[in-house]
Amino acid sequence: MSIKQISVFLENKPGRLQRMTSVLAAHKIDLRALSLAETKDFGIARIIVSDVMDAVTVLKDADFIASLTPVLAVEIPDETGGLDKLLKIFAEAGVNIEYMYAFLGKSDGNAYMIFRISDTKNAEAKLTAHGLKMLTQEDIESL
Amino acid sequence: MERYYQPDIECASRETIKAIQDEKLIKQVKHVWDNVPYYRKKMEEKGVTPQDIQSSDDLYKLPFLSKADLRKAYPYGLVGTSLDNCVRIQSTSGTTGKRVVAFYTQDDIDLWEDCCARAITAAGGTNEDVCQISYGYGLFTGGPGLNGGSHKVGCLTIPTSSGNTNRQIMFIKDLNATILCCTPSYAAFLGERMKEMGYGPEDIPLKAGIFGAEAWSEEMRKDIENTLGIKAYDIYGLTELSGPGVAFECSAQDGMHINEDHFLAEIIDPETLEVLPEGSQGELVFTSLDKEAFPLLRYRTRDICTLTREKCSCGRTHIRMSKPKGRSDDMLIVRGVNVFPSQIETVLLNQGYPANYQIVVGRVNNTDTLDVQVEMTPEMFTDNVGEIEDRQKELVNALKSMLGIKAKVSLVAPKTIARSEGKAVRVIDNRKI
Repeated sequence: MSIKQISVFLENKPGRLQRMTSVLAAHKIDLRALSLAETKDFGIARIIVSDVMDAVTVLKDADFIASLTPVLAVEIPDETGGLDKLLKIFAEAGVNIEYMYAFLGKSDGNAYMIFRISDTKNAEAKLTAHGLKMLTQEDIESL
Repeated sequence: MERYYQPDIECASRETIKAIQDEKLIKQVKHVWDNVPYYRKKMEEKGVTPQDIQSSDDLYKLPFLSKADLRKAYPYGLVGTSLDNCVRIQSTSGTTGKRVVAFYTQDDIDLWEDCCARAITAAGGTNEDVCQISYGYGLFTGGPGLNGGSHKVGCLTIPTSSGNTNRQIMFIKDLNATILCCTPSYAAFLGERMKEMGYGPEDIPLKAGIFGAEAWSEEMRKDIENTLGIKAYDIYGLTELSGPGVAFECSAQDGMHINEDHFLAEIIDPETLEVLPEGSQGELVFTSLDKEAFPLLRYRTRDICTLTREKCSCGRTHIRMSKPKGRSDDMLIVRGVNVFPSQIETVLLNQGYPANYQIVVGRVNNTDTLDVQVEMTPEMFTDNVGEIEDRQKELVNALKSMLGIKAKVSLVAPKTIARSEGKAVRVIDNRKI
């Protein structure tokens, strides 16, 4: 199951990221994960939030450009070489990772990573076949 | 069917037009010689007297007037009649220096309003139309000129003036406005706002727009026409000569007919000041033919365009001018290259960017910098940094091939470039030279 990530356009200027977080805070939307991709003059904030639809609406109302991107939130076995084991599955299946970042989550002993993969369905099938767990949208909401 | 406000003169034969011009020019030169010492001195310095002007073929003998002359003669130096006969002044926005103040007698206002009435009729306006005028009223000529023209045509006139966008939209919707007059940038802004409010072209009663007072591209025309569901007509004018309506577009949308019975046009080489043959690109020069209060002979407009007498499909015989490539006052010289904001606009619209942009010129280590700022749109945005950067590079390349120099492209957040309600501020020049 893929989950929905919100991608937000930000100008690379002081205070722009904070303007986004203040909109989310004002609407009591929790950030579950955040990653930034930046160039010299603009950036994209990629966020996982408690309530996706609310977040997109309030961001657009505040004149932000925001779009939804499907990503996978995969549980990483909490052991030495855990991430390596997971990446090996992707490598063997020929899955190309566009970007990835860590998930803040709540501490229940498990670690999660967010993966952006062009062929989400294929990657999902491979992970399930290897018995790896993925978070659903409902999991994210109820965290 | 094409309609004309004054068909006898708008569709007169070239011979008739020439005869009218010859007769009026002789009178206008005599009027200036007798009543405007500032210009008479210029003529004397050139060794020209009214006797040397026997027809419009002798026009080249007369000295030029420039904006600098208007500033020098401010405020009364070029007024050609006693102030007792004057009933109004209008003034330029002063965007390019000191304001110009122009004077009008009642007859001057009448001929100006006739010109505007011709423009409204050419855009399809009749007494059944509702004409909303969202140009500024006051010192600016846009509002008063088209207001007068709209009255002459018999349209129900809504004098909203500029600003208060929600009220503008309310009147368009509630009173079924069919013709909108404003600057093209404000038309684009109104369209954008109406789209946001969920109105498609079919929900907007407008059928035509008359847009002028700033340079705009063909691409911007198409954009406005599609958003508002109208036909957009260009109109041209200068406060110095009267105001909007010196030239206007007809149904052919292929150049603007100059009201030649009132304004005689020439194209000159701005460097050598030689008169250029028909079809050449150069600076537009105007001579008023029957103005009383503010007659101007051979006034240099700084506008770069071409003229053609080729037959027009609308039936009008008056000479047509191309859309000015840009007022040479708007022209920027960046790293020694002439850059017109309208060129940049053409590229942006061709590449699917919004018409809202700003050009920032600066200087770093004695080299000029050119930064074109464009607002990011939801359609353009993707989650992929590389794709956005590729589009940015495409735009940089397209600008380079149009301008001949490299410009930086900055993508900025939506609604961060100020919307204009009058003339748009397109250029910010931070160079301290």
